[in-house]
Amino acid sequence: MNIMMPQTLPRVAVRVAPREVLHRALQMQPASARKAPARRARLCEVFADDRDGAGAAAVLAMAVQAAGQTSGGARDGRPLLWVQQRMATHEGGALSARGLAGRVPEGGVIRVAARNAADVLWVMEEGLRCKGLAGVIGEVWGAPAVLDFTASRRLSLRAEAYGVPAFLLHLSATPRPSVACERWRVRSLASSVHPFDPQSPGEARWDMELFRARWRRPGRWIGQHDRAAHRLDLAAPLRAGALADEPGEGKRQSA
Amino acid sequence: MSRAKGNGKAPDVGLPGDTPLVLAREGAHGLVVHALNAVAREAGIGTGARVTDMRALCPELIVADADLDGDTRALERLVLWCRRWSPVSAADGTDGVVLDATGASHLWGGDGPMLSHVQETLAGIGFSARLAMAPTHGAAWALARFAGDTRVVCEDEEVAGQLASLSPEALRLNGETVLLLRRLGLKTIGALIDIPRLSLARRFADADDDRSHPLRRLDQALGRVAEPVFGPVDPVRHRALVRFAEPVMDVAPHVAGLARDLCRRLARHGLGARALRLAAYRVDGETGTVDVATAQPNRDPEHLARLFEGRFDWLDPGFGIDAIALEATLAEPLEEAQARLDGDPEHAVEIARLVDRLCARLGPDAVVWPGLNESHIPERAESWMPTFGAVLRMPGGICSVERPLRMLDPPEPVDVLYSLPEGPPAQFVWRRLVHRVLRHAGPERIAPEWWREPGSARLRDYYRIEDSDGRRYWLFRDGLHDDGRGGPPRWFLHGLFA
Repeated sequence: MNIMMPQTLPRVAVRVAPREVLHRALQMQPASARKAPARRARLCEVFADDRDGAGAAAVLAMAVQAAGQTSGGARDGRPLLWVQQRMATHEGGALSARGLAGRVPEGGVIRVAARNAADVLWVMEEGLRCKGLAGVIGEVWGAPAVLDFTASRRLSLRAEAYGVPAFLLHLSATPRPSVACERWRVRSLASSVHPFDPQSPGEARWDMELFRARWRRPGRWIGQHDRAAHRLDLAAPLRAGALADEPGEGKRQSA
Repeated sequence: MSRAKGNGKAPDVGLPGDTPLVLAREGAHGLVVHALNAVAREAGIGTGARVTDMRALCPELIVADADLDGDTRALERLVLWCRRWSPVSAADGTDGVVLDATGASHLWGGDGPMLSHVQETLAGIGFSARLAMAPTHGAAWALARFAGDTRVVCEDEEVAGQLASLSPEALRLNGETVLLLRRLGLKTIGALIDIPRLSLARRFADADDDRSHPLRRLDQALGRVAEPVFGPVDPVRHRALVRFAEPVMDVAPHVAGLARDLCRRLARHGLGARALRLAAYRVDGETGTVDVATAQPNRDPEHLARLFEGRFDWLDPGFGIDAIALEATLAEPLEEAQARLDGDPEHAVEIARLVDRLCARLGPDAVVWPGLNESHIPERAESWMPTFGAVLRMPGGICSVERPLRMLDPPEPVDVLYSLPEGPPAQFVWRRLVHRVLRHAGPERIAPEWWREPGSARLRDYYRIEDSDGRRYWLFRDGLHDDGRGGPPRWFLHGLFA
């Protein structure tokens, strides 16, 4: 929180009502900035089922949005690095270039095939050191022993130090201790109604549960990828009033 | 000298020694014989003849495709390899090498011993060579090809005498000129030498190149006109070497110094390394090598040294390593580049270095970029290639129907309940779980590409499916019930939507 009163404010104001000025300055700040002091790159984990494409899509939407935020909103053509463990590719399918088209900004995606989870972690650490990347996504199947608390701490420190956001997608895994700033559980929801054909699936929607977070309150939302704006839209589910009681996060917000 | 296309092996490997074998190349009217072995020559086959005619002559003839480009490249390498005898060498036609041995032969004990050494060494690498040493290029060419012996030494004063009995072909003339000379009754070079110069010069005054000018060729062969040898310049090798006073077991601490040395050399030539080879020479004479490659030309010693991290496991030090050498086996021009104002290198450079490190550890094909092809078959429509910096762009003219984010390779068979013959799926079993279909879109019919696939390929009807849990899949039915291309159609799950 940078409020440099002696330099920026007229001396009169400081002398007359410092408390009021401070209060007003706080009011002017956006709600999200008040909760997370620094909007910087960090580690984020997503848990999903390997029979479901929702996890990968949600991670992609988060990464694309984070890429836009870390570079000041400018799309400077930096690519995403997507590391897939071989087992995750076998079980959940490989990333498809056709499916990616339209979902990522012009920087595109670099895909890396890793043999095992140890290689995935090594590639992620190397990638996080490279400032030319918009983000690093690692995809791990199951709960390998190497992916422990220490590994998540290493990833998290690197992400914060080099300013490259990191995402770990766990397929078919149960959460274990980790230092990730946000931990999500993603499932598919019935898609929205197709505007022209009620018989066919519409826009994808996901049930996104933030079950652990460092800078914000956990909650549960309906997520949707706004492809034109490269943004992940989170809407409160209709009958979950208790979860959406926070004043800043009423109807619709952007993660 | 000629080699067959394909696996790079000699074409006669595995054949009995008495098999007639020819290499064929495309001619104006079908395949013609490009090269042949001794058995085939005895059977009466000649180069330049049509393969079909020769098959009639010799039914058991084996024919393989000639690799003309490979021959050219092999000859270029051989030219450089021959510089062990003399510093000036050049390719001579498509099947010869000429060496300027002036001042070099005494190092090998004289002309004769030098020729026998050359012949033995070439035989050692699998070439049967015909050699001649003569005062002029033309005379050596003639004697190597047309003299009876495979090893001829011709002294200065013997040139005219040794050439006199050879046919005019030995003067490196083209076929029309040789034919003309034969029609004029000039069957040997000796007969040509006896003709007065003036009449020869007048007869061939309008010849536009050396190959159709017998007098000029004669002058070259007899040494009246100088004909120097111009060979390709020696390729520059970018190599840094360090020798140890005592054999070492671990080379890792020395690689950084080598990389600095190599990068200094590369910088002097304005080059950057694309491929590197580290060679470790053991005390017992064995050599171990480690190869790495870079995505962009690079001469940053720290980066290059890092690429070898963890790769030394392959080097068996044995009783110790005497010397190590780092060589840039492939170098490309690299301009000096300015870093950005904040001191960081450009993003592309940084990514290239990252890719190098990843490829050095995970293998050259581990890091891939997406590419889209103009095809409707989903497997063929995209290709992930290790081409650095490819940008994902939809090619024009391809429909923008939504495609799944994840694709199963190969598609997995599923058991589907559907109304015959072409109804949409109502329920399917994938990996032993039942999915009930709530909504579907389709079918999207994708016909097989007849110009690529066999005639038995079946069309596919793709459906976008949403099951009762909201999971979206891409299913297809392979074929129709009555298409006559196999039994009842099978269903496959091909992709998972977002």
